[in-house]
Amino acid sequence: MSKKWTVLAVPVISVLLGLLAGAIIMIVSGNNPAAGYMALWNGAFGDSFYTGETLRQMTPYIFAGLAVAFAFRTGLFNIGVEGQLLVGWLASVWVGLAFTDLPKVVHLPMAIAAGALAGALWGFIPGFLKARLRVHEVIVTIMMNYTALHVTNHFIRNVISDGSDATDAVNETASLRSPFLENLTDFSSLHNGIYLAVIAAILMWFMLEKTTLGYELRAVGYNQHASEYAGMNVNRNIILSMVISGAFAGIGGAMQGLGTFGNMFINSGFSGIGFDGIAVALLGGNTAIGVVLAALLFGALKVGSLNMPIESGVPNELVEIVIALIIFFVASSYMITWLLGRFKKKEAK
Amino acid sequence: MDTLTIIALIVSSSLFAATPLIFTALGGVFSEKSGVVNIGLEGLMIIGAFTAIVFNLTFVDTFGDNTKWLALVAAMLAGGLLSLLHGVASIAFRADQVVSGVAINFLALGLSLFLVKLIYDKGQTDMIDSRFIKKDIPLLSDIPVIGDIFFSGIATPTIWAIIIAFASWFVLYKTPFGLRLRSVGEHPMAADTMGVNVGKTRYIAVFISGLLGGLGGAVYAQSISLDFSHATITGQGFMALAAMIFGKWHPLGAMGAAIFFGFAQSLSIVGSSIPFLDSVPAVYLLIAPYVLTILALAGFIGRADAPKASGTPYIKGNR
Repeated sequence: MSKKWTVLAVPVISVLLGLLAGAIIMIVSGNNPAAGYMALWNGAFGDSFYTGETLRQMTPYIFAGLAVAFAFRTGLFNIGVEGQLLVGWLASVWVGLAFTDLPKVVHLPMAIAAGALAGALWGFIPGFLKARLRVHEVIVTIMMNYTALHVTNHFIRNVISDGSDATDAVNETASLRSPFLENLTDFSSLHNGIYLAVIAAILMWFMLEKTTLGYELRAVGYNQHASEYAGMNVNRNIILSMVISGAFAGIGGAMQGLGTFGNMFINSGFSGIGFDGIAVALLGGNTAIGVVLAALLFGALKVGSLNMPIESGVPNELVEIVIALIIFFVASSYMITWLLGRFKKKEAK
Repeated sequence: MDTLTIIALIVSSSLFAATPLIFTALGGVFSEKSGVVNIGLEGLMIIGAFTAIVFNLTFVDTFGDNTKWLALVAAMLAGGLLSLLHGVASIAFRADQVVSGVAINFLALGLSLFLVKLIYDKGQTDMIDSRFIKKDIPLLSDIPVIGDIFFSGIATPTIWAIIIAFASWFVLYKTPFGLRLRSVGEHPMAADTMGVNVGKTRYIAVFISGLLGGLGGAVYAQSISLDFSHATITGQGFMALAAMIFGKWHPLGAMGAAIFFGFAQSLSIVGSSIPFLDSVPAVYLLIAPYVLTILALAGFIGRADAPKASGTPYIKGNR
């Protein structure tokens, strides 16, 4: 089997194994897996409303997935997408609330840029610490997540609102809501962010594959020492990669704040989108097109799962288990490639 | 309130909040000292908390007030089993250990909530009756001043946590097994050459971390949250991870850091009843553990270095 095929086979087999394990769990717990997965499908694509919801869920997943994938290509593991997303969410909503008389062409890009900037700043700190002091980015980004959670909650309660648990809705001039898309999908919460997500994916592909900057970032990811020897500034590239990754995550947060919810509220825990972004990026092989496809799959799983208890009586948490197992199988790709190798040997005999 | 009462209150609630963190952080020390990064501590605590609560609710009629202790054992086994999955992925299948740990966290949360729905047909369990409470230690609490501060209002698991921390230090630094475990984490090839079974040692270390992580979650569930829902364990595992790093991968350091984090946590809760602290916004105390960990890593509070081979699978014959 050629290398190209293995690259495709690992995620596909992982998803199938994950779904298979989900089916086994359903059988063991006394449910009908066919009914369960049928309900999942109906809940994700059953009619235009559900399709709209799936695409809406896919939007922040694309941004979170791109953020993780971008850092990964430079050899960095950004677990901090969750926190970068939260600060981006807060910043975009803040800008969306602060100005009342700006035209939409100015206000909306400004609010999104604020989200990107906040996320970039949150990514800069671990990037800087990694580049300058060789501090491992995984631990720093985890700590930054919790800092972001508490800081954003503090700002919502004490700075942006007067002790309330949620901010007001952002002004119309900063809103991503689209009457056209809502009509098209039977009044789902689908908003214009989906276009931005697709553009961002194309942008990431172009940046990584077609520019000098992208070449340098990938080179640093492959081999830091060789890149250094070739005259690249490794430290600058590490910081830059985390900043761009954080900006993607921050825009993902802006999608939530300006589109899906239209405001921000106190979060008692994480939204999970940042962590799901890790799964999206891994499954998508850290490529732009892979991230878009994986985001569609996870969006469908998440939205479709809500229909499972209604139509088939299967608790929707089943999907969390399936997602966990998919990550697990992708991570253990050595096992899959090894098994594939065994099959091939047998065929040769 | 007079100063002595305030100090006694802070010490007692700090230790109470720190206890689950101490157990879990010690689990992290074992795993990482052997070279296996364990981001899955959070998941291990979740599965421990879930198992303890379900066991407690199911068997409280049979075992009465001893249920909580048996529930700890059940939770340890559950944590140990789940950690073996992480072990298989990161030792045998050479998975990225951070990714596998993330998968463990997802799996634990999904599985436990799925089972709660299946067993109780609702999103969260009932409250448990057999629980760990703060007690005064007989005799020692009668000592003037010291007794009031350190030996009043202490839960039994806290004492165990401190004992196990010292025991872990002894095992890791004073026994042949500990030496092998650490050598596998620092230089697996050298250890292999000397006849140490790298894979087996790492499996044992990861299993111990599962036992302790499950124990931490169970203690948290049976002393602080008292029921199980999606919001029971939200970040305590990562805080334990932070404590492990802040404590420089040393059992006693991890214990000290966990107590300090417990102190920061309890200040954010009891702070409002303490005269000069009530004016400090809670957010500073809430983020203190995390910011301090970052500062510690950055070298402002002495350098913290991970075991050398931490995070890399050992592949025989590779240089």
